Amino acid sequence: MPKDSGIGASPKRREDARFLTGTGNYTDDINLNGQAYVHFLRSDMAHGKLNGVDTSIAAEMPGVVRIFTGVDFEGVGGIPCGWQVTDRHGEVMQEPAHPVLAQGKVRHVGEAIAAVVAETPDQARNAAEAIELDIEELPAVVDMKAALAEGSTKVHDDLTSNLCYDWGFVEENKGAVDEAFANAAHVTTLELVNNRLVANPMEPRVAVGDFNRATGDSTLYTTSQNPHVIRLLMGAFVLGIPEHKLRVIAPDVGGGFGSKIFHYAEEAFCTFAAKAVNRPVKWTSSRSEAFVSDAHGRDHVTKIELALDAANNFTALRTDTHANMGAYLSTFAPSVPTWLHGTLMAGNYRTPLIYVNVKAVFTNTVPVDAYRGAGRPEATFQLERVIDKAARELGVDPIALRRQNFITEFPYATPVAVEYDTGDYNATMDKLEEIADLAGFAARRAESEAKGKLRGLGVNCYIEACGIAPSNLVGQLGARAGLYESATVRVNATGGLVVMTGSHSHGQGHETSFPQVIAEMIGIDESMVEIVHGDTANTPMGMGTYGSRSLAVGGSAMVRATEKIIAKTKKIAAHLMEAAEADIELKDGQFSVAGTDKSVAWGDVTLAAYVPHNYPLEEIEPGLEETAFYDPANFTYPAGAYACEVEVDPDTGKVSIERFAAADDFGNIVNPMIVDGQVHGGLGQGIGQALLEAAVYNDDGQLLSASFMDYAMPRADDLPFYQVDHSCQTPCTHNPLGVKGCGEAGAIGSPPAVVNAVVDALQSAGKDVTHVDMPLSPSRVWAAMQG
Amino acid sequence: MTKVSMTVNGKAASGEAEGRTLLSSFLREELGLTGTHVGCDTSQCGACVVHVNGVAVKSCTMLAAEAEGAEVATIEGQAAPDGTLNVIQQAFQDHHGLQCGFCTPGMVMSAAALLKDNPKPSEQEIREYLEGNLCRCTGYHNIVKAILAASGQDASAIAAE
Repeated sequence: MPKDSGIGASPKRREDARFLTGTGNYTDDINLNGQAYVHFLRSDMAHGKLNGVDTSIAAEMPGVVRIFTGVDFEGVGGIPCGWQVTDRHGEVMQEPAHPVLAQGKVRHVGEAIAAVVAETPDQARNAAEAIELDIEELPAVVDMKAALAEGSTKVHDDLTSNLCYDWGFVEENKGAVDEAFANAAHVTTLELVNNRLVANPMEPRVAVGDFNRATGDSTLYTTSQNPHVIRLLMGAFVLGIPEHKLRVIAPDVGGGFGSKIFHYAEEAFCTFAAKAVNRPVKWTSSRSEAFVSDAHGRDHVTKIELALDAANNFTALRTDTHANMGAYLSTFAPSVPTWLHGTLMAGNYRTPLIYVNVKAVFTNTVPVDAYRGAGRPEATFQLERVIDKAARELGVDPIALRRQNFITEFPYATPVAVEYDTGDYNATMDKLEEIADLAGFAARRAESEAKGKLRGLGVNCYIEACGIAPSNLVGQLGARAGLYESATVRVNATGGLVVMTGSHSHGQGHETSFPQVIAEMIGIDESMVEIVHGDTANTPMGMGTYGSRSLAVGGSAMVRATEKIIAKTKKIAAHLMEAAEADIELKDGQFSVAGTDKSVAWGDVTLAAYVPHNYPLEEIEPGLEETAFYDPANFTYPAGAYACEVEVDPDTGKVSIERFAAADDFGNIVNPMIVDGQVHGGLGQGIGQALLEAAVYNDDGQLLSASFMDYAMPRADDLPFYQVDHSCQTPCTHNPLGVKGCGEAGAIGSPPAVVNAVVDALQSAGKDVTHVDMPLSPSRVWAAMQG
Repeated sequence: MTKVSMTVNGKAASGEAEGRTLLSSFLREELGLTGTHVGCDTSQCGACVVHVNGVAVKSCTMLAAEAEGAEVATIEGQAAPDGTLNVIQQAFQDHHGLQCGFCTPGMVMSAAALLKDNPKPSEQEIREYLEGNLCRCTGYHNIVKAILAASGQDASAIAAE
């Protein structure tokens, strides 16, 4: 019987009641008295010298309150980057200034040049159209390799080149890796593109700035995954506002997928402008603006080589990647192609020698940063594609080749600096073979062939690293932040609890799953626990939600704080029952004395803490409120095996996903229903990347796919029902819940499965096709089939 | 600005609108019905779907003035006055058919229109009907499942879980 409460149960989500009745409170639903509206005038040119911004006509337009340009932000800090990468020569990366409004130059289509604050949104938009710009167009730098060529136009004139960094990992292994390739029995080489994507959470970004002249306090309402991070970055680096005078609120947030981690110029602008015009200032992004101002994701071009010995054991791996940074460094951009990518190149395999080279490049495109998976999808895709290609070259079964090279003993120290604490890759592969009915594939292929369709099967594994930590290690790697998480657990007099977490829910369901953990620990009903998140004024400093970290890091902080609460309540219970503290047991919300029939209820003890008449005041303080900051000892390492079956129409090249199965090991599971949903969503995005999505720039730096008319978002009829399973569970060994994180797995593991399946389908028809770059549009697949 | 009047969720409602004011803006800003969401500016995402005279409409594609005198239904009017969810809303909750909730009002309103015309849609019919509603969180799996369940069909037979 499934449990009906606590860890492992699937209670219905409590946040659904408001979302299903139109009573959610998203940032755009917030309207403050007297608010004015912002419209940003954005560059329609990819690269140009900004000679002048004439606002004289616009300033006289109806309803205009004030117009801001780059001049107003001279002396104000730029948008900071939160991670400094050191390159293979020991030099720190090149880090350009990133102004709130363009100064001197425009560097990508969509860069904000001026901002009109007006009485209504339409008046702001009308006035923005009346601003006259004098921009001298410069050649656009779009292609990464061209950007690094001698004599290329520079995106930033004050930098030495368009190279942000040239990172080698692990640099000391390079010679040994090259030697292993020289001695290999077989080398498989693959060049591929990890296509640029736009995260596109359904809620566009919104910022509402407010300033209280009486107190000097600033408040920012924003669509953020991490309000404390925004408060710190914006307050300390951009606007010079100390945290105690700055409150950041991220209320209901309509999806993030990474794109709402970063501190954006519009947030700083609205906070700054609210003070300057002394009234609330609101900006709501249109979707068209989002395409050219939200950070994009992926955009790697890679050559990967796999060396094998005569017995098909992997002996070395070597990669050469160009990673697009766009025009400026977004908050965590430098970490994505390096520490979130290079460290994952071992995958699930015992490859003893690995060398990863990444050149990060500035171009006249929108900044690129973390998008669901962030570096790990790029690592997984190239590794699982090259293994598949190797198997086909060697004429061996791709699953058998993987199994032969699996890591089977844990803990396992990879040659790329991380240590996997636990896992069982054969178990997830066994489970996959079962749930995907791989034994029935041949019959299904025959059925497809009878219909004139080519059927292909693609299988792959993935590993990811979640809950990036510990802070002292990431500090050495260049992070300019800690990566702990926090929780304050407040128990009220009558026994109910409020948990104030530094993590943030924007679809993940914290309000439902976090209380399950507390309910399990204390033995009370989940309805007695409320979760508060998203407001820096009433939650402890936390790092927010991304990288599948909420439960593994934020949940662990909550457990630690609750353990402190339980320890204190046991002292109180011991006093009330005149027993030794060591003899007190807590079960089902009752404290009892071991070996006796004495007991007191949870509520009696919590009441005593706040009405301390009969209470050990000389030993402990009244009250029941504890905070914990949890800094993990290591990453967590979810892993799994995925299988995709496609049908390809040989006449048109159209690919349809016929079956998709995912066998994941997430360690312990708190809410299976929510975990299923997280995997489904990740699969939708991963299949979207593989088949449909691409942010496409032309040579002039114009984004051609800049709306939902042009950027192919996956729709309901593009996707199948998924077969998902997470019964293989090797609990994380170093966090108190034994959980690993599940938010990104689907997006990491699915693209190679789709591409492997399409290559299999084409090869089954005798086509000499070893790779097709994503997205696998009908035209690309058809062209590949023509040779 | 002119005065526009309509019936919204069974109650008379009126407000000021310019000729260019979209129904979605009118509902959100003039009537304060912020359950109707705006997720794009090209009439692709469907977060703003409402019913006008019983027909599902993307409210970003219709002028407020065009709805003069119309019967408009929004997400705010779907549950019973005591908060009890309707069959479709309940199915979305039971089957985890929503995560961040932003596309949800449009999904629920589209599903209601589908089931009105086609009370027992097949999986494929549901997927095709939802072409105009984008969701970025769920991969659609649980949305399709919820609509099957809301139509009284056995959603438990679906693979996965």
